[in-house]
Amino acid sequence: MHELSLVTSIVETVNETLAANPGARVLEVRLRVGALASVIPESLEFCWGIVSEATPLEGSRLVVIVLPVVVHCEPCGIDSELDGVQSFRCPRCGEPCAEIRQGRELEIDSIEIDDGEVSE
Amino acid sequence: MTTRIVELRRGILKKNDELAAGLRASYAAAGVLVLNLVSSPGTGKTAFLERTLRELKARGARVAALVGDLETDNDARRLAASGAPVRQINTHGICHLDAEMIGKHLDGWEGVALGALDYLFIENVGNLVCPSSYDLGERIRVVLLSVTEGEDKPLKYPTLFNSADAAVITKIDIAVPCGFDRELALRNINEIRPGIRIFETSAKTGAGMEEWLAYLAEARAGQS
Repeated sequence: MHELSLVTSIVETVNETLAANPGARVLEVRLRVGALASVIPESLEFCWGIVSEATPLEGSRLVVIVLPVVVHCEPCGIDSELDGVQSFRCPRCGEPCAEIRQGRELEIDSIEIDDGEVSE
Repeated sequence: MTTRIVELRRGILKKNDELAAGLRASYAAAGVLVLNLVSSPGTGKTAFLERTLRELKARGARVAALVGDLETDNDARRLAASGAPVRQINTHGICHLDAEMIGKHLDGWEGVALGALDYLFIENVGNLVCPSSYDLGERIRVVLLSVTEGEDKPLKYPTLFNSADAAVITKIDIAVPCGFDRELALRNINEIRPGIRIFETSAKTGAGMEEWLAYLAEARAGQS
């Protein structure tokens, strides 16, 4: 698996974003990961503490939102969520579905930051 | 403390995706059909590619190959016997090829210009997990499965099988002694990637190669 390189890339991207907010500290990073992205959330979390150490991300939470696969069924004309990744068929009519509408995502959704200003 | 949410919506592999998009554009401009071959270690990617290169060359096609492995240039030496230019990429522990490695190895490749090629094959590192996330700019991703591996490989590695454009079953000359259940394997591939083109081949006997080569020629003709 390559979770370590993914986490390194996430930390780099977030750090680039922070360049516009000097002094800011990251509290939380939210990821959107499709069920077909072949990424294990636990492995990402395992690497998180190590890679974020001594960066503005140190101590931040990593939240992984797992997105189920959504297929498009041509005959039914509808999109449907699938329970797993063992069969790519329309849950309504049972026809095989070649078109994937969701499930390959591997992205940083948002970050929560503390700008570091002192408030009364 | 004042906290706020900043929306990023950025692909984690954005850097790779951007590099791959650049490669894809340069392949298209050069008119070369690029294929990315992916499988477990031991499926017979190299033997299949050796035969493909040899047969394409015999038909007058201009071919080349990049081959990825953690260590050694054994595969490059095997493939070079076909007479095609071959370049080894050693990843030194990295479990997949990425767009940056491809770009680097294309740049400094002496005597090989994309514009002078009809086909470029990229043999990925033997791994059915990680290569699925890394776009190399290829037009066609080919997943290979040998008759010795078990018919349920597509179910075990759905991500990769689902991202493939074509599937090649290798070593069909030993299907019978291996007790290979052909129908089950085909059904499993179709369950994970409905409608995918499947080729049943043997690099040893040449079975299925005509159909595969016809598919390549069609794909190449269809891209311009």
